[in-house]
Amino acid sequence: MRIHCPLCGARDRREFSYKGAALVRPLAAAEPEAWHAYVNLRENPAGPLAELWYHEMGCGSWLQVTRDTVNHSVLEVVLARDTALGAGA
Amino acid sequence: MRFSGWRVLKEGLTGNRGWGPQWRDPEPKREYDVVIIGGGGHGLATAYYLAAEHGITNIAVLEKGYLGGGNVGRNTTIVRANYYLPGNSEFYSHSLRLWEGLEQELNYNAMMSQRGMINLFHNDGQRDAIVRRGNAIINQGDDAELLDRDAVRRLVPYLNFDNNRFPIMGGLLQRRAGTARHDAVAWGFARGADMRGVDLIQNCEVTGIDVEGGRVTGVQTARGPIRAKKVALAAAGRSSQVAALAGLTLPIESHVLQAFVTEGIKPLVDHVVTFAEGHLYISQSDKGGLVFGSYLDFYSSYAARGNLPMVEHTMETCLAMVPAISKARLLRSWGGIMDMTPDGSPIIDHSPIAGLYLNCGWCYGGFKATPGSGNAYAHLIATDRPHGPAAKFRLDRFSTGHGLMDEEGTGAQHNLH
Repeated sequence: MRIHCPLCGARDRREFSYKGAALVRPLAAAEPEAWHAYVNLRENPAGPLAELWYHEMGCGSWLQVTRDTVNHSVLEVVLARDTALGAGA
Repeated sequence: MRFSGWRVLKEGLTGNRGWGPQWRDPEPKREYDVVIIGGGGHGLATAYYLAAEHGITNIAVLEKGYLGGGNVGRNTTIVRANYYLPGNSEFYSHSLRLWEGLEQELNYNAMMSQRGMINLFHNDGQRDAIVRRGNAIINQGDDAELLDRDAVRRLVPYLNFDNNRFPIMGGLLQRRAGTARHDAVAWGFARGADMRGVDLIQNCEVTGIDVEGGRVTGVQTARGPIRAKKVALAAAGRSSQVAALAGLTLPIESHVLQAFVTEGIKPLVDHVVTFAEGHLYISQSDKGGLVFGSYLDFYSSYAARGNLPMVEHTMETCLAMVPAISKARLLRSWGGIMDMTPDGSPIIDHSPIAGLYLNCGWCYGGFKATPGSGNAYAHLIATDRPHGPAAKFRLDRFSTGHGLMDEEGTGAQHNLH
């Protein structure tokens, strides 16, 4: 599995570490249900999934990778800061 | 039809013409008392115990593919009861006791082999952890023996004891642990359930779960609608998809766990042995193949095959532990799809929908849990009360934070187990 980092190009999976589904973090004052959903509950699709990978042994960027969980093909990679996840930063 | 030594002898002398199919292939009825979704080890065991212990026989087990074609056929066949935390500890203890009587109960050869398991340690910190775990196992009523380096060497002399980074300092032996024939367990439960009147329906994918007024009323399937008073999920590996049919979102991510087998070699590995640095477990099948595995690939996957970095890691760890097998050729590898929960422990509980039950989140502990899971799940379905040894496998522990069972102490979060 190779992931195309927008800054570094296509790199081996071993350069990246995995965070999991790309979910927008609730506000600190959000209801416990919202935090439960964020921390624990997962759609867990068999198919395309937007997820967070960290280019640990490369440029150090957080990436939002859309990947098909059935065949491991990487469909899209963008910098996480350019998505809704980065909006609050 | 009962199996016996006499029967095997008679059939052997008469051309094996007297054997018949081990279970029926019935058409689904319009209605059942209980519908179990998933004809794997846990689903079949649940049907068996519902019929054998609770007298409920109007049951259908619905299987998308063929019986035992999921994770019960995709594991490393290890059976053990060496958990540390309350909840897991009593449950796996209960399950191992069921394993010990399983072949007599089912009249089926599950090739249960209590060959013993040795967990190696390599430094003082690991020794402390293993002593503590061993004491917990003994307190639970199971067996554990602390071995020093010489005692390990007498049992398993073929290991590399003087690996520079990971010298073997000793190990924890559980003599009652071992392996069982994975397919045979599913087949034995299937046969036992069928003999008691359970309908095992293959090639029957569930495409919808009917809920009216907060209560389950039946399922839609590839072979038509089936009404049911109770519906029980036992579809680990696809739990999230099946639960979504009822509008539920589970605290589960699916991950791939790879396993490997070499060509057959002469008897070498007499036990199950685990290497603590880099994590590896190895045993030898009755055909001679070395069966081993390591970590998850650590990303969401339904692919039932993994990627090469974990293959490389597993081979490196295997050879660090047993250099003698470096020339054995790898025959096959496969991947099972694990229901991973945030704390690494399973769920056997009611769902928020009346009459709909959950059995999921087995992480990588599903195979050894098979009889215990079926036994506890049948009790829950039949009585609507949790079964004693499985009472802590609650769904709400993730929302309340109370009763989390984080066996590895890494934190109850996804991707840490």
